[in-house]
Amino acid sequence: MNRNQTRHRGRTVFLCAAFCLCLTGLTGRLGYLMIGRAEELSRMAEELHQRERSIKAARGRILDRNGEVLAGNRAVCTVSVVHNQIEDPQEVIRALAGMLDLPEETVQKKVETYSAREILKTNVEKETGDAIRRLNLAGVKVDEDYRRYYPYGSLASRVLGFTGGDNQGIIGLEVRYEEYLKGTDGTILTLTDAAGVEIENAAEGRIEPMPGRDLVTSLDRNIQMYAEQAAYRALEEKKAGNVSVIVMDPRNGEILAMVNAPEFDLNDPFTLLPGLETGTGNRQDQLNRMWRNPCINDTYEPGSTFKIITAAAGLEEGAVTLEDSFFCPGYRIVEDRKIRCHKTGGHGSETFLQGMMNSCNPVLIDVGQRLGVEAYYRYFTQFGLLEKTGIDLPGEAVTIMHRKENMKAVELATVSFGQSFQITPLQLITTVSSLINGGTRVTPHLALRAQETDGSAARAFDYPQGERILSEEKSAALRFILEQVVAQGSGKQAQVAGYRIGGKTATSEKLPRSRKKYISSFVGFAPADDPQVIALITIDEPEGVYYGGTIAAPVIGNLFEMILPYLGIAADGDQNG
Amino acid sequence: MAEAAVAKAAKKKKPHRFYDYSLMFTIIFLTVFGLIMIYSASSYKAQLDYGNPAYFMLRQGAIAGCSFIAMYVVSKLDYHWFARFAMLGYALSYLTLLLTVFSPLGVDSHGKKRWLRLGPVQFQPTELVKISLILLLAVVIAKLGARINQMRAAGLVIALALPLALLVTANNLSSGIIICGIVFVMLFVACKIRWPFFLCVGAGVGLLAAAPHIGHILVNLHILQDYQLTRINVWVNPIQYARSGGYQVLQGLYAIGSGGLFGKGLGESLQKLGFVPEAQNDMIFSIICEELGLFGAISLILVFMFMIYRFMVIADNAPDLLGSMLVIGVMAHIAIQVILNIAVVTNTIPNTGVTLPFISYGGTSVLFLMLEMGMVLSVSNQIRLEQ
Repeated sequence: MNRNQTRHRGRTVFLCAAFCLCLTGLTGRLGYLMIGRAEELSRMAEELHQRERSIKAARGRILDRNGEVLAGNRAVCTVSVVHNQIEDPQEVIRALAGMLDLPEETVQKKVETYSAREILKTNVEKETGDAIRRLNLAGVKVDEDYRRYYPYGSLASRVLGFTGGDNQGIIGLEVRYEEYLKGTDGTILTLTDAAGVEIENAAEGRIEPMPGRDLVTSLDRNIQMYAEQAAYRALEEKKAGNVSVIVMDPRNGEILAMVNAPEFDLNDPFTLLPGLETGTGNRQDQLNRMWRNPCINDTYEPGSTFKIITAAAGLEEGAVTLEDSFFCPGYRIVEDRKIRCHKTGGHGSETFLQGMMNSCNPVLIDVGQRLGVEAYYRYFTQFGLLEKTGIDLPGEAVTIMHRKENMKAVELATVSFGQSFQITPLQLITTVSSLINGGTRVTPHLALRAQETDGSAARAFDYPQGERILSEEKSAALRFILEQVVAQGSGKQAQVAGYRIGGKTATSEKLPRSRKKYISSFVGFAPADDPQVIALITIDEPEGVYYGGTIAAPVIGNLFEMILPYLGIAADGDQNG
Repeated sequence: MAEAAVAKAAKKKKPHRFYDYSLMFTIIFLTVFGLIMIYSASSYKAQLDYGNPAYFMLRQGAIAGCSFIAMYVVSKLDYHWFARFAMLGYALSYLTLLLTVFSPLGVDSHGKKRWLRLGPVQFQPTELVKISLILLLAVVIAKLGARINQMRAAGLVIALALPLALLVTANNLSSGIIICGIVFVMLFVACKIRWPFFLCVGAGVGLLAAAPHIGHILVNLHILQDYQLTRINVWVNPIQYARSGGYQVLQGLYAIGSGGLFGKGLGESLQKLGFVPEAQNDMIFSIICEELGLFGAISLILVFMFMIYRFMVIADNAPDLLGSMLVIGVMAHIAIQVILNIAVVTNTIPNTGVTLPFISYGGTSVLFLMLEMGMVLSVSNQIRLEQ
C-alpha cells in the first residue's frame, strides 16, 4: 500500500479551505438576499400570499327634506378569477369574454396571471353575475356589490352628482359629502396557499364595513319636479340654451330646488346630451361642460335684478327715499358717456318707487352717483357680494368686479343697474334673500344633516347665518317696492291670484354686446310681506321675445301658483282678488 | 503517523483506535435536523396528498434509521476489506444505469429516466454510481501510487470514470456534474501536476460568467435550442422570465427574502404552502432560510463547514493513501453538493436539481450518504492513536 504523502495533505488542506471559501461566499450572497433585498422580496411574497377581500360598505343615500330617496343603491356584481383554481382556462376565457363583453385577450391575460385574485370587471348587472355563478366555473368568483342608483334619473342631476366605477363621488353633493356618504369598506385579510385556498386559522382579521351615512338635503322632490317642468317648458318655448331655476327659503338659505334644464341622466352620466357633442374640445371637456352647474359655476351680468341691491344701498344710506322725484329723458350722461334707458323716449318725471317699477336706468344711476364709489363699494362688500356664498357644492365661481381704485363715475353708473360686472345666479338670489328677509345674510345650502339609515345619530350641519346687512325698516321698504313692481310694474306677469308677490325682472345683454344674445331673468318671492320662498329663473339665449318681464316673470308666476299652496302658504283674498 | 495523532495519543495515554465521534454526532444532528425540516416543509403537501402530515418525515426517518445502522456496521469494518468490492460496485453501477436507461425497469418521470424499480423498491442508480466510483478511484489511485503522475495512468482513471459520467449526464445533468467534480477533486489531490486543474477551474468560472453571451451565440448557430437558453435567461433575470421557468427560482428567492435575520420561526413558512415546488426536496434550504432566517442558514452552513473540516482531519491522518483518497472522494461529494445546492437556491448559478445532503428528502440519497459516512468513519477507526 502507498503511504499518504505530505503533498496529499497539503492539497487536502487547500481543498478544505477552497470549499469553505465557496461556502463563505455563498453566505455573503445569502446575507445580501436576506438583509439587502429582504424588504423587496418579502413584499413581493406578501403580495402573492395575501388575499384582501374587501367588504364593500353601502354608500349612504341622499334624501330630500321629506325622506324621499334621490340617490340610492342597487346590487351589482364583481367578477374575478383565481388563477390556481381554474381548471379549464379556455372555457373560462370563452365564457367570461362573452358574458362580460370583454376582449378575449384581456380575459386571457388575467386568467394567466399568477396572483391570489384578479378582478375582471366591476359593476356587472346582477342578472349577469347570477348567470355566471350558475355556470359553476372553477376559479371564477362572483361577489355582490353595490352600485349607485338614481330613482329619478335626471332630477337635480348637477346638484346630486354621481359616482364613478369605484363608487366614489365625482360631482355635486356626491363629492362634497363623500366623507359622510362613503362609509368605510371592511376587509377580510387572509393568507392563501399557492392554489389560492385560504389558510385556516391564518385569518389576520376581519374589519366590518361601516355603511355610509344618509344625507338629508333641503331639496323638495315635488318642488324640484315643478321647477323642472317649468324650466323645460320655457326651454322648449323659447328654444333657449339653458334655463336655470333656483328655489330657496329666504329665511335660512335652504335650497328647495335647483334646476338646470336640460338635465343629464345620472344613471348614465357619460353619455352626452344631444347637441353637446358638437362643442369644442375633446370628449372629457364636453362631459365636463355638461356636468357644470350654471347656477353656481358660471357668472353673468345680472342686469336689472341688481337694481334691488342699489335700491337697498341707497335707502340704507339715506341717499334716497321712495318719494324722491327723478327725471328720465331716456338717457343719462355720466362724464363723457351717454347711458341709455331701455325706454328710448324716457320715463319722464317719476318718483323713486316709480323708477323701480319702471326699471328705469337713469333713476338708479342717480342713486348710485348720490352714494358715490366709496359708499357703494362699502355696501357691495357689506351685502356679501364680493365673497362666495359658501354653498355646499363644489366649484362655486367668484364675483368678477371692478377694483375699487379703478371704479370711476362711469363704472359706478353701469354697476348701479347691474352691468359691467358678473356674479353667479346663486349669489344674486342669496343677496336678494338676505335683503328682503329682514336684512340678515343667509348661507345657501343643501345638506341639512347626515344620519344613520334608521335616522339615528343625526349630525346637523351649521351654516353661518344672521349677520345683519340691512335694517329691518329698509328691508320692509324694499319688500314694498318689489311688491309694487309685480303688482303694477314691469313684473306684472308674475302675479298669482290670491298671493302677494314681490320681484324684479331683468334682461341682460350677453358679452360681446354685438352678438345680441340675452339672458332673461326674474327673481320673485312670496308672500311679499313675509317672504317664505324665493325663486330665480335665468333663461339663457332665448329666441324671439327676450324681455325678462315678458318671458321669465310668468314662469315664476306659474311655479308659485303650484308651490305656494303646496308649501302651505295661505292665499289672502284681499290682494288682487 | 501524523503528529496530531501522536499528540492525542500522548494525551490519552491509553493506546487504542480512533473513532471520529464528532463527525458521527454531526451526522446525527444533520439527519435529525433534516427530518424536522422535512416535516415542516412537507406537512402541508403531505396532508393534502396523503392525508398524513408526517408522511414524508416518517418515510425518511425509517430509511435514515436503517441507513444509520448500516453506517455503523460499515464504520466498524476495515476499509481494506470492503475495498475489494470496488470492481463489483463499479460493475453494478454500470448494470443498474444501463437497466434504468434501456430496460422497462427504468421509471420515466418528466421525460427523464432516473429511477430503477426492483420489485417493491425504487432507487436512483446515480447515488450508487457516486459511492462506487469514489471507492474504485480510491483503490486505483492507491494502487498506482506515484505512477499516477504519468499521463497513461491519469488517462486510465479518466477512462474508468468518463463513460459512467456521460451515461449519468444523459439523464441527469447535475449528477453528472457532481460525479465529474468528485473525479476532478480526487485527481487533484493525487497528482503532482497542478496547472491543468487550476486551468479547469478558471475555465469553468469564466464559462459561467459568459454563459448568457455564449448561449446566444450557440442559439444563433442552431447548436442550442431556444428552450435550453431559458434556463440561463431565468438565472440572469428570474423576474422577467417568471413565466418560462423563473417561477421556481423566484419562489425560492421570495422564501429566502422573507426570512430576514431570524426568520419567521419554525413551521411558519408560507412559501412551503405550494409556492415553492418540492419544498422538502431541492428547495428545502429556502424554507430553512424563511423559517430560521439568516442566523439559521449560517448555522447550518457552519455545521457543513465543520463536517468538511472533519473530513480533512481524517484524510490527513488516514493510515494510507487508500483511506485518504476514500475520505477525499466523500468530502468532494458532500462539499460540491452543498455548494451547488445553496448556489442554486440563491440563484447564484443557473438552476439545476441538486439535493442538500442529509437535509433534503430522498431515500436513496440518505442510504448511500450514510454508507459513505460509514466508509469515512471506518477510515477514522483505522487511525491508530499509538504507534
